[in-house]
Amino acid sequence: MAMIEFRNVHKWYGDFHVLKNINEEVEKGDVLVICGPSGSGKSTMVRCVNRLEEIDKGAIFMEGRDITKKTMNLNHLRSEIGIVFQQFNLYPHISVLKNVTLAPIKVKGVSKAEAEAMGMELLDRVGIRDQAHKYPIELSGGQQQRVAIARALAMKPKVMLFDEPTSALDPEMINEVLNVMKDLAREGMTMLCVTHEMSFAREVADRVIFMDGGEILEQGPPEHFFTNPQHDRAKAFLKEIL
Amino acid sequence: MHWDIVWNNFDYFLIGAYPEGPLGGMAMSILLALGGIFGAFWLGLLFGLMRLSKQKWIKWPAVVYIEIIRGTPLLMVIFWFYFLAPIVLGYTLPETSSALVAFIVFTSAYIAEIVRAGVIALPKGQTEAARGTGLSHYQTMVHVILPQSLRNMIPSFVNQFVSLTKDTSLAYIIGVNELMRTATQVNNRTLIAPTEIFITIAVLYFIICYVLTATSRRLEKQLSKYQARGN
Repeated sequence: MAMIEFRNVHKWYGDFHVLKNINEEVEKGDVLVICGPSGSGKSTMVRCVNRLEEIDKGAIFMEGRDITKKTMNLNHLRSEIGIVFQQFNLYPHISVLKNVTLAPIKVKGVSKAEAEAMGMELLDRVGIRDQAHKYPIELSGGQQQRVAIARALAMKPKVMLFDEPTSALDPEMINEVLNVMKDLAREGMTMLCVTHEMSFAREVADRVIFMDGGEILEQGPPEHFFTNPQHDRAKAFLKEIL
Repeated sequence: MHWDIVWNNFDYFLIGAYPEGPLGGMAMSILLALGGIFGAFWLGLLFGLMRLSKQKWIKWPAVVYIEIIRGTPLLMVIFWFYFLAPIVLGYTLPETSSALVAFIVFTSAYIAEIVRAGVIALPKGQTEAARGTGLSHYQTMVHVILPQSLRNMIPSFVNQFVSLTKDTSLAYIIGVNELMRTATQVNNRTLIAPTEIFITIAVLYFIICYVLTATSRRLEKQLSKYQARGN
């Protein structure tokens, strides 16, 4: 049973058909990289998985459960799916550690001491243990994004969604974030990543899909995708970014 | 000039007949403003959050309340509570209480709009990040959105507070013995020093309001350190 399955998914923004019949399966432990030009629907596709966006037709399944049905408990669903945004979206009014521990304490009822111990462990894992008591704004962009990853991991999610996690970063900070993501992938996390970082895709992706105009035009293992794309638009896109 | 009249009645302007008689004057004005802003904050927060709800039956009562109050002069709201309270409650509210209720109700409509604007002005990513980790709408508001947006609202709150402080002078019309009324009383009794008396009153109102705005500027500076950036 696939961890995440999109089945005939459609979505419209008014007249704009942003997702056109998306069918896709991500197995447990797999890393799916989604790329494509801006406006192609790739962010929307990922954000539908934790219902920050709602689909209009079709269904999305997580371990066989239809997670797009109306009766789904959204808070519970989201506690099982971590998401990392382009703009980090850390809470600026509380410390880095509290950013990480807020959800475990409030949603799962973990004790403060336990949450903080786990929070420190996670911050250690993403390499910013010493910054735990600073405020987000005192950290660099790369550090902030690593805190955001730790915050998502604190809920012990089954799936991680990455929505262009390195697009807002200065070039010299991209690798520190990618390294954390690569470690995560190697540890067996199921990941859906919207990214143009081809080194990441080459090293850890199990499959790459290319989207344009709301459709999946090309899909396959990374080597196949990079060396032998079939679709003209995928070829043009690769030429642009490589 | 008859500044001696002002001087002889100065403690009456400040605290009324207190401690021998009832409290009044500037102290009463300040108490009315403080009580008014405190009550209006909580009521306004409630209506502001209701106004933001997607549920129609929560949102619409708030919309109607805010629009009616904002479309009505404060003086009329004061009259409403003064003259309607006996009909509705069956007994007369003391002047001070009806004025206070009127101030709370009136100011809360403006606070509600400040709250709404403050919440909307926060980057949408804050809500998405919080909801994305499984926090409920309520938890997101309490732990993520309001702590940030209430800080941003402080200048607007103070603005409203200053406004209310000056508006407490309207309570004199139903006989509340606040600063404006003490001045009118002294003026009616002495008749020869209206200029001096009302200049004094103006200065006293100015001092309260100036202290408020100065405090707010300092608060703003302290709180502006950690602000959400980006979209």
